[in-house]
Amino acid sequence: MAEHSPRRFTPQAQEALASPVIRQNFRGAMDYLRKARSNAFSDPVEADAVLAKAEAVRRRCLSQLPALLETLEQRCTANGIQVHWAETPAEANAIIRALCQREDAKLVAKGKSMVSEEIGLNKHLAGLGIDCRETDMGEFIVQLDGDRPSHIIMPAIHKNKDEISATFEQHLPDFEATRDVDQLIAAGRQALREKFQAAEVGLTGVNFAVAETGTLCLVENEGNGRMCSTIPRVHIAVTGIEKVVEQLSDIAPLYSALTRSATGQAITTYFNMVSSPRRPGEWDGPEEVHLVLLDNGRSQAFADDELRQTLQCIRCGACMNHCPVYGRIGGHAYGTVYPGPIGKIISPHLLGLDDAGELPTASSLCGACGEVCPVGIPIPALLQRLRVEAKHGASAGHPPLKGQGAKANRLEALAMKGFAWLARHPRCYRAGTWLARRLAPFYPRRLGAWGQCRVTPKPAPKPLSQLLKEQRRV
Amino acid sequence: MDVIRVYPAKPAHVYLYATCLVDLFDPQAGLDAIGLLERQGLAVTVVTGQTCCGQPAYSAGYNDEARAVAQSQMALFPEPWPVVVLSGSCGGMMHHHYRRLFAGDAAVAAFCERVFEFTEFLVQVCRAKLDDKGEPRQVTMHTSCAARREMKVHVTASQLLGQLAQVELVKHGYQEECCGFGGTFAVRHPQISQAMVEDKTRHIVNSGAPELVSADWGCLLNINGALEYQGERLQGRHLASFLLERVGGGHG
Repeated sequence: MAEHSPRRFTPQAQEALASPVIRQNFRGAMDYLRKARSNAFSDPVEADAVLAKAEAVRRRCLSQLPALLETLEQRCTANGIQVHWAETPAEANAIIRALCQREDAKLVAKGKSMVSEEIGLNKHLAGLGIDCRETDMGEFIVQLDGDRPSHIIMPAIHKNKDEISATFEQHLPDFEATRDVDQLIAAGRQALREKFQAAEVGLTGVNFAVAETGTLCLVENEGNGRMCSTIPRVHIAVTGIEKVVEQLSDIAPLYSALTRSATGQAITTYFNMVSSPRRPGEWDGPEEVHLVLLDNGRSQAFADDELRQTLQCIRCGACMNHCPVYGRIGGHAYGTVYPGPIGKIISPHLLGLDDAGELPTASSLCGACGEVCPVGIPIPALLQRLRVEAKHGASAGHPPLKGQGAKANRLEALAMKGFAWLARHPRCYRAGTWLARRLAPFYPRRLGAWGQCRVTPKPAPKPLSQLLKEQRRV
Repeated sequence: MDVIRVYPAKPAHVYLYATCLVDLFDPQAGLDAIGLLERQGLAVTVVTGQTCCGQPAYSAGYNDEARAVAQSQMALFPEPWPVVVLSGSCGGMMHHHYRRLFAGDAAVAAFCERVFEFTEFLVQVCRAKLDDKGEPRQVTMHTSCAARREMKVHVTASQLLGQLAQVELVKHGYQEECCGFGGTFAVRHPQISQAMVEDKTRHIVNSGAPELVSADWGCLLNINGALEYQGERLQGRHLASFLLERVGGGHG
């Protein structure tokens, strides 16, 4: 498989568009998820209230992010959770590697964590002879295939039952091909059971980290997150710094907004709250709990009032499920860990605008993402802002963004200046449209990129201004 | 953006901002819109000198250029009359995004308050009552995304069609989904745009409605171009033209 990269967005998107299976798998999945979400928010008044509350919580918590992180560290430490800070993916990997090596770990059982994808943890540990095994069913399937997640909450959504059966046939002993979902899941669970028992270290993400109490919350449906955070001797939780919330009472509105937006569930099957390692007299739980807090460009997003809104994200995936672009090209085409609309606004902070600068243009700005975002992130407005940042150097009044101006294009800038000049000089503008009309008979039927599926638009013989003049109305 | 808008009383005089696409591709829609507004008893002024709202520069990330264009357009409307815009996306640009381009500028904010999309204006300000004089007809409607999500015009456009006794509004599949135009998006990412417009036209054709209307010429440029390329006879037209024809004021 060729290396996926946001720089190869266009060929990757073309490849996906050319696959009827991918198109069909995504359309079906998106239809299902959209319906589930809309059923979960069937009462618009109640929905507005839930979403307004969730947005307010995220805004308030982010506005005091540095202080909350300090409190979180204090409380966690007081509870016996060891806190580690990582500025870069390399630092996060080094911390996790050191912990695994100290345990002499051969196997890490991993619950779902997008941050671990962000830092490339599996590959890093594999290079050291440590097997990092995904235990979320979707991630498990994707890992067996040597593939990567295509959606942040449903990693294997690009695959249908037949494809999953083929994967299991290839990798699981004694598995017989089936299209029965229950049998597929049972086979996967059987294979995973053994991993939980054998793993020396369990690794998970974090959905919400509560500063007030030093509690790490984990939202999941399969029970694998609970296994990873209770069975192995050491539990490592890794998360971005933006996931901190102020108090326990902030959780309920965020949890409700998250599960309803993501899968249409009122609540998930499991909700785990990790407040400390195993205490004396307790029967289960890890003996050590570590929290790794990753920055990786987040403090850059935080520094700008407008772009800070990116960090409100609670990773529900609703923006992807409603995005007409994501729904047609799927998650892999983006070449980023976070695909879809949220990926287009967060990736520039993680990777820089030089690598990810084309992504903000890959949107028709239809606004569906902003409409469904449960925490009110104005995604279209942020896309527009990032387009400005990608085209121009450091702008006054804004902190610099990594790779600012990387997509500057002199020809395009000149064309825009020309457009603006014409639009401000109506006589010249009208002369231009006059010329466009005169030349219309000579237009080719198919015009460049536009003409691959559309005929060239034909100007009317006379413009409105002329018709009005003829009617003596102006 | 979801602030509830307080609408003014019906004025005696309005400006019509026809938009560059109507001017160039469908000037009749501009005349028809004037006809409808005049039937509401309004004096309509179309300012010579209007060009484009600046959206192409804005959406491509050229805010300085967009600001320069915006300033030149706002200067065309010195009287305190409402500015009625014949497109949801240009309306969205002038009502919402000008405010963003000139953050904190009270004069610009006051101008933005005067901007109304055409169907929004007919329903919310004029309280227009349309008397259908046409034959029974089925029609399907495309609402542009900016119109739908910024100006909430899908509501008012449907309300106007709903007033027509003999017209049946037929829904098509994925009505709320983008047609794939998005201005420069269609040129920058032509394959993705193609996938979107081909799905959109298929759903429109599958609706079986013999007529397609939209209150946005940007989308129509995209959809009509694709329909014609596919050899379909169906061509969308501006809602203003359809409405005027229904109330018996159409051009022969």
